Amino acid sequence: MQYMLMLNETAAEFARRTDPEETQAYWGGWNAFIGAMAQAGVIVKGDGLQGPMLATTVRVVDGKRHVQDGPFADTKEQLGGYFVIEVPDLDAALDWAAQAPCALAGSVEVRPVLPPMS
Amino acid sequence: MGAPSARHVAERTARLSFGRLLAILAAGTHDLPLAEEALAEAFARALEVWPRQGVPGHPEGWLLSVARNRVSNLHRHDRTRAAATEELILRAEERADLAVQADERLALMFVCAHPAIDPAARAPLMLQTVLGLDAARIAAAFLVPPSTMGQRLVRAKARIKELRLRFALPDADDLPDRLADVLEAIYGAFGADWDGSAGLGLPEEAIHLARVLMGLMPQAPEVKGLLALMLYVHARRAARDGQVFVPLSEQDAALWDRDQVIEAEGLLTQAARAGQFGRFQCEAAIQSVHAQRAITGQLNLAALDTLHELLLRFHPTVGGKVAHAAVRRLQGDAAGALAMLEALPDAARTYQPALVLRAHCLRDLGAAEFSGAAEAALAVTTDARLKSHLRREFGLA
Repeated sequence: MQYMLMLNETAAEFARRTDPEETQAYWGGWNAFIGAMAQAGVIVKGDGLQGPMLATTVRVVDGKRHVQDGPFADTKEQLGGYFVIEVPDLDAALDWAAQAPCALAGSVEVRPVLPPMS
Repeated sequence: MGAPSARHVAERTARLSFGRLLAILAAGTHDLPLAEEALAEAFARALEVWPRQGVPGHPEGWLLSVARNRVSNLHRHDRTRAAATEELILRAEERADLAVQADERLALMFVCAHPAIDPAARAPLMLQTVLGLDAARIAAAFLVPPSTMGQRLVRAKARIKELRLRFALPDADDLPDRLADVLEAIYGAFGADWDGSAGLGLPEEAIHLARVLMGLMPQAPEVKGLLALMLYVHARRAARDGQVFVPLSEQDAALWDRDQVIEAEGLLTQAARAGQFGRFQCEAAIQSVHAQRAITGQLNLAALDTLHELLLRFHPTVGGKVAHAAVRRLQGDAAGALAMLEALPDAARTYQPALVLRAHCLRDLGAAEFSGAAEAALAVTTDARLKSHLRREFGLA
């Protein structure tokens, strides 16, 4: 079964990406996590995302396009990346989610992927 | 063999094996509603066929065969095989299955109390799936409308299926936390109607669940602790049931069920041998101190004080803090008890036991605020028996 791990990070975590003092520890943590998943062969796909300051949100209202600078909602945590993993059950997905660096500072939302339409 | 005995066997099998059969049926598909439907049909089929053809040598295996066929039919939407169920013969592998999968019920309990399931749904779900209680009875015991309970159960089962929760024992690392959730759910079933006032037999069902769990996990001391705790409380039924509310410290100890107290004491002793003290053993030990009053004629307040303090370390709750303060008051330290109440978080200011204790402390101290505190305590007391008891105690009758 496929689950998406939605990796939510705090502003402080996003800042660590480019902070000279923190950048190595930050990416080291992610590399270890991704390496472990790759070694277990569970990754279906996945990407990291640029931070919410580079987000653009679009809505179409009455045929008119409304484009907004920023994420769709101003929350404490923002999506920083995602993985789709193939594991037997939710328990296994939660075990992986708990190992994500952002589970410690932020959160990971886990959702089953819709099966293909038949 | 006549109809009554076939019905009797069917009912006894339903009672003893419902959860186990359901667990086996749902383990493959994670689909509890489907398994429930199939099992209900298998029981209906048994009531039809057994009186005519006799009770099969292995009723559980027969029911499992019929229900399995039903599951695969429902699953495949293939109705053509339905006719074949009439002639079902117990397959040899079905017997083997039942022996191998003796622990499926345990897995089912862990699924019901899974962290991904709403805590409010866990105890009802366990009662429905492991013991086969009907939803209306569960709803009545938990004091919610049947439709609300029905939605809660449907949603929980949908999550088990759609999210694909694991039907297996948790890993050793997770086991203590996950077992604590299972125990909490069983205790929740007991607590939903702990004094049995709803008359729905829920305390007995919760005790039964704990016995099942103890049979499956004989090495876990906290399971024994929980069972002991519930037995101590259940043993006092006769002493507290009646027109008038009787506080525990004033109950007639002669009315306590001696067999249940003795069983509880034995369980607690066995549990202690494991050398892993925990929340439920601690709560049971507190009840054991109360039970000792039947023999010594006195309540050992020093022991209670120590145990309540210990309990707060395992399981810090507002209720536990108020109970600890109440012991301090009984030890003659009303001012100390009052200080403990003052230290509670603001949210506990309207907590009924805290308000009652506050009034008692202020009365002990001869404080002027007493009458206001007594009114405040009565205002949040909903139980009629308890209300008139407090009125008498506060001299407001």
